[in-house]
Amino acid sequence: MRINPDKCVACGNCTYVCPMEAIYIDPVIKRATIKRDECVECYACYNGLSQEHLNPTFVRAIRKTFAALRIRFEPEPDVCPTAAFEPDELTWPRVVRRAFSDPRVPHESTGVEGRGTEEVKTNDVSGRVQVGEVGFTIEFGRPGVGVRFREIQVMCSALAKAGVAFEKKNPVTSLMTDVPTGTLREDILNEKVMSAIVEIKVPVERTEEVVRLVWDVEKKLNTIVALGVGTRCDPDGEERVVAPILERLGYKLERAKTNIGLGRAVPASQPAASRETINA
Amino acid sequence: MTNTLHRFGNAESFSDDYVVFAIASKGKNDKDALPKLRRFLQIAAEYKPVNLGEGRHGGALRPSRDMSPVSHWKRDMTPDFQAVIDGLDHPTTCAAVFDNRVAAEDFVKRIKEEDLGLSVNISTSIDGAEQCCHHACIPRHSVGYSLGFEGKTEKLPNTQVMMLSTMCGHGMVSHQLARKMIDWVKEGRRTPDQAVTYMSRFCSCGVFNPARAKRILQESIDGK
Repeated sequence: MRINPDKCVACGNCTYVCPMEAIYIDPVIKRATIKRDECVECYACYNGLSQEHLNPTFVRAIRKTFAALRIRFEPEPDVCPTAAFEPDELTWPRVVRRAFSDPRVPHESTGVEGRGTEEVKTNDVSGRVQVGEVGFTIEFGRPGVGVRFREIQVMCSALAKAGVAFEKKNPVTSLMTDVPTGTLREDILNEKVMSAIVEIKVPVERTEEVVRLVWDVEKKLNTIVALGVGTRCDPDGEERVVAPILERLGYKLERAKTNIGLGRAVPASQPAASRETINA
Repeated sequence: MTNTLHRFGNAESFSDDYVVFAIASKGKNDKDALPKLRRFLQIAAEYKPVNLGEGRHGGALRPSRDMSPVSHWKRDMTPDFQAVIDGLDHPTTCAAVFDNRVAAEDFVKRIKEEDLGLSVNISTSIDGAEQCCHHACIPRHSVGYSLGFEGKTEKLPNTQVMMLSTMCGHGMVSHQLARKMIDWVKEGRRTPDQAVTYMSRFCSCGVFNPARAKRILQESIDGK
């Protein structure tokens, strides 16, 4: 993403809407400027700000006049008055930033659509997590912090050493050059993204071990980690196995995503349409 | 991203936050999913949601690509649910957000009766989802627990900012915008309703809960 300096009027609206705080008003050129290395190409500025198409010279003159009169210029906070944002043509490896940060684009760079996979959201159809199994989503970077792949690498290596299985249809897994060791591509390690999710599945007996491993590794990381733990309920709809383990580890379980089991697979003979998965 | 799972707050703070979403599974039941997803949204609209959304085009309040300067003084803050339904052109995750348990329960019961064959999930407090299932006589199939945020938590802002910004799990509502809106509401520069619409427009899949956001902003004025 870039900001066209000929259009920008330095109103400052965009400096607040950037989730990575990567936009600032450059005091020398007096224009909004993007710190390119901090920008994760999430397009929140381009897609989220409403756009006007005002004449920049006119707007600057108005702003100068108001400033001289000490009148506060207070535009709507979610508007770019001159439509100054212009998307860049992204190339590898920078394109990975957008794939992991802009929720509206499929993972063109990785070949996997969506930031993660369907995990337990479609478990009633996919049967991905069975009774006696636990699916972990280990998410890095959110909210509002971001993460570089070299930090994700640390966690992946530790998980691989523990012998866990990475979910195959996951964008992070698809960027591994060696899945058994959890090794990510060298050329993406410095790329920063809004968030990325590592997905693994283990037998329920290993739940505590994995949580403790994550605790140990996350201390070494300079970002936020959000853990999600998915499991199957019993035929009565109760879950009496994993919750007690998590509570024993000190977690107070407040929120969950509950799959209510209404999904149904269609017969395999019918070809499936292509679709985009954007996680919810 | 586990978009609705990691909302910040305790169970009590989700008493006005029920996200019900439908999703097809790739290669398993996504054939002909589009009309079913549209039907899901149409039914949801009957139960007075506070937001509707889908992953490709967003929620019921969207930014404008060609805004008129005069619209600053008369911006439409009414959610357009029909636009979400009409705009759905691709099988993706569709979500309905409710601000009360009764509406969510009734909607879930109706969706069960409709038998669309899509996977349906409820994202809220654990008790809230259990009550919805109980009301519809549905045993839960699977559950995905949120264990919250760990690691370098000193990088995170205060509770109210977090409660607002994490309502867009894709991270499109920045901490700074949430903080600015709290400040503007406290200073009387904008009403809570106005502040909520600004934030809603950044949510790219329509799961932002404007009712909960308004309550949080109101509580910030009241010093809670």
